[in-house]
Amino acid sequence: MKKTKQLFASLFLMSLGLGTAKAEYTLNLRQGVTQISQEVYDLHMLILWICVFIGLAVFGTMFYSIYHHRKSKGHVASQFHESTKVEIIWTIIPTLILIGMAIPATKTMLDMDDVQDADMSIKVTGWQWKWEYEYLDNGIHFFSSLDEASNRARQLGSGIDPRSVPHYLLDVDHPLVVPVNTKIRFLFTAADVQHSWWVPDLGWKKDTIPGFINEAWTYVEKAGTYRGQCAELCGKDHGFMPIVVIAMEQDNYDAWVESQKAGAEAEKQLADKEWTADELMAKGETVYANNCASCHMADGAGMEGAFPALTGSSVVTGDIDAQIDLIYNGKGMMPAFGQMLSETEFAAVVTYTRNALGNSVGDSVQPAAIKSLKSSAPADEDEDEDDEE
Amino acid sequence: MSAVVAEHDDHHDHGPEKGLLRWIITTNHKDIGTLYLVFSLAMFFLGGAMALVIRAELFEPGLQFVEPQFFNSMTTMHALIMVFGAVMPAFVGLANWMIPLMIGAPDMALPRMNNMSFWLLVAGALLLASTLFMEGGAPASGWTLYPPLVLQTGAALPFAIFSVHLLGISSIMGAINIIATIFNMRAPGMTLMKMPLFVWTWLITAFLLIAVMPVFAGAVTMLLTDRFFDTSFFNAAGGGDPVLYQHIFWFFGHPEVYVMILPTFGVASTIIPVFARKPLFGYSSMVYATASIAFLSFIVWAHHMFTVGMPIAGELYFMYATMLIAIPTGVKVFNWTATMWKGSMTFETPMLFSIAFVVLFTLGGFTGLMMSVAPSDFQYHDTYFIVAHFHYTLVPASVFILMAAAYFWLPKWTGNMYDEKLGQLHFWLSAISVNVLFFPQHFLGLAGMPRRIPDYAVQFADWNMVSSIGAFVFGFSQLLFLYIVIKTIRGGTGEKVTDEVWEDASKHSLEWTLPSPLPYHTFTTPPKEIPTEHF
Repeated sequence: MKKTKQLFASLFLMSLGLGTAKAEYTLNLRQGVTQISQEVYDLHMLILWICVFIGLAVFGTMFYSIYHHRKSKGHVASQFHESTKVEIIWTIIPTLILIGMAIPATKTMLDMDDVQDADMSIKVTGWQWKWEYEYLDNGIHFFSSLDEASNRARQLGSGIDPRSVPHYLLDVDHPLVVPVNTKIRFLFTAADVQHSWWVPDLGWKKDTIPGFINEAWTYVEKAGTYRGQCAELCGKDHGFMPIVVIAMEQDNYDAWVESQKAGAEAEKQLADKEWTADELMAKGETVYANNCASCHMADGAGMEGAFPALTGSSVVTGDIDAQIDLIYNGKGMMPAFGQMLSETEFAAVVTYTRNALGNSVGDSVQPAAIKSLKSSAPADEDEDEDDEE
Repeated sequence: MSAVVAEHDDHHDHGPEKGLLRWIITTNHKDIGTLYLVFSLAMFFLGGAMALVIRAELFEPGLQFVEPQFFNSMTTMHALIMVFGAVMPAFVGLANWMIPLMIGAPDMALPRMNNMSFWLLVAGALLLASTLFMEGGAPASGWTLYPPLVLQTGAALPFAIFSVHLLGISSIMGAINIIATIFNMRAPGMTLMKMPLFVWTWLITAFLLIAVMPVFAGAVTMLLTDRFFDTSFFNAAGGGDPVLYQHIFWFFGHPEVYVMILPTFGVASTIIPVFARKPLFGYSSMVYATASIAFLSFIVWAHHMFTVGMPIAGELYFMYATMLIAIPTGVKVFNWTATMWKGSMTFETPMLFSIAFVVLFTLGGFTGLMMSVAPSDFQYHDTYFIVAHFHYTLVPASVFILMAAAYFWLPKWTGNMYDEKLGQLHFWLSAISVNVLFFPQHFLGLAGMPRRIPDYAVQFADWNMVSSIGAFVFGFSQLLFLYIVIKTIRGGTGEKVTDEVWEDASKHSLEWTLPSPLPYHTFTTPPKEIPTEHF
């Protein structure tokens, strides 16, 4: 059996090297789409082969011995032990192998660390449970969370077959778009707890930590869509905050930048118009599903002991300004949504919670009111303590 | 000689107390050893049940059984219970049973403290388990308890922290006792370099425990004050540093994982020579290798944190230092292989488990070497690759060796032989299923599946299903172990074992010179001669 296992192991390891793995039963690390990811892959293969070689030698010796040096075959134990010469040999050889590994590893490490001379910078902020992207060069700014189809299918007992959802758990509403052949510097931080930003095809992951700014860089040569996930446990929806990076040719990227700017302008215009209650409710339902339902639940029932119910909540059915203040500035585990949502989204979701989920207060708030709130009073963390539930 | 002394000794405590009270007030190292072992086996099944909840949920993509928050509680509690409730206490149990016997001492040096450290362990573990029923659920931030996430724990947080304190005190007491026993109670002629390797590895382990348990206690106390007393040790908004916690935790955590593997090395070095009918190849190099590994364990902690954004000098230093661990670990593996070479081997259950340990621990060592390379670790970190790595070093390594130890010494402890056929069945079921369980997790990690997620993209479905099948076979196979142990205690095969139990075992270590089953009190006078096989 030991031999069979050994055989199986070496066969599969060979299949790794030959790259014959099928798509579904993926076996090996991805080579990725950057020079760095290729270097990492090469390092990985180098060390894998070193391990295979050492493994074959050690296990080969051991199984030869197990087969031949057994009492049932009448083998008599020789009583040799202690040999300084042998001990020195099997200390020196591994040391030399390690030095051989450390040299290429150091080179790659230094390459990865060099964030100098970047052509553009993107700030990535981890939130429970979404990503915020800020293009520091052109002001584009948006949040990226799990797409709706995956979000519906992933609920406990949803009855939706994950296999029927394209890119289940690996698709987002707003992908990060980057140009190819550009050195992009990423700045990483987090708003609440630690997260980790990982796209395997780029060859690395980096933790996003509150109060810290971490750096990393990439240079994608091939246009395409690259998917990844949060890699550091960040609470209950850790498994549901994917990352999608779309690398585009420069022309397409420029067009995307223009469309984003136009979209942001249109969003601003929307905030100035007078919204009907029905319009607010319709938009609020979507905003609620994307931002609130993961804690307060789709029906507003909350989760006992962890997240308060919104249905019948004294905050939601009480003074509207107090509710706006709490959502705007956050409180305890409740994130501050003031900067996360647009004026329109903010007004819509406030209106929605007051008139749906079993509540029927009957009032509403206009995006314009939120806009004036934003311009007059920037979020002030210190006031959080005064909020009453 | 010892019999003569006993006749003149008119203390009333020759035998154990009658009834339940015996187990509560006992100060006898054998009774306390048994308590530890039974308790750890119970915790092994509790932690295993949690693992099966995890593997059941991961059997298929989509959420079928539990909410994500509860899933996170399961991964957290599974780890805490297995580490602090199952593996560590099991080795303390073995230490209690075997160290006095191996060094020719009548008992542990501090028998009352021994009792206390066991019952503190029970209190700590029960407190930890009780958090499952608290408002907001059990801790769900992973066993590393990283802030700020851990500060979002509900009512359970202070209880979990207090239970860590209790478990830590219990471990420190156990460690002090072991050190005091080894330093003061060795038989005449047994110099440090003539101690059995199991005693050596435990001596070093005990120093690791004393060095790092207070560090962990300090870290969780800072969490406590951050949460309840408005300090900001780990709160960046208050001038604190969340990464500081990780440094402190892993300064504890890395030696801590070696606490679970060093005694394993000791047991393997005890069992393999007996069944190879040869002395251990290099006794002194094994001692030095163990000490080197223990020393290195203090200076490599940040390899658990390659992705937190350390300066390049830190990344390189921790990469090089971590690579060094391969050298003494290699020395150990080569030594076991050389011990088997040209032996006269037989393959009873303890030997089978020990050989599987050497092979599968080495596989875990290989993936460890791969992860020491910081640039590659940027890909492996926090994926199923690391889950596969540390489970290889814990389950088919530490747990297999615990099984080997149970089969090896149960006949000595009880005087009854276990059922060899059932033992071998248990071995093959475990050895095959543990690989079906953990080997595919390497592929999942490399393919990009993060750890600690309750649901996954569909391209990970096939290997997860294979892994879950392995998990259930492995889990239920352990019921067979329980059955074999109970059967052995109740009389086993009916065959009465000799004092030596295993052929020529008395050449290797002192316990085999004593009668089987072991009397309640042993070595009331020290042995005159000690085995010299390995020197």
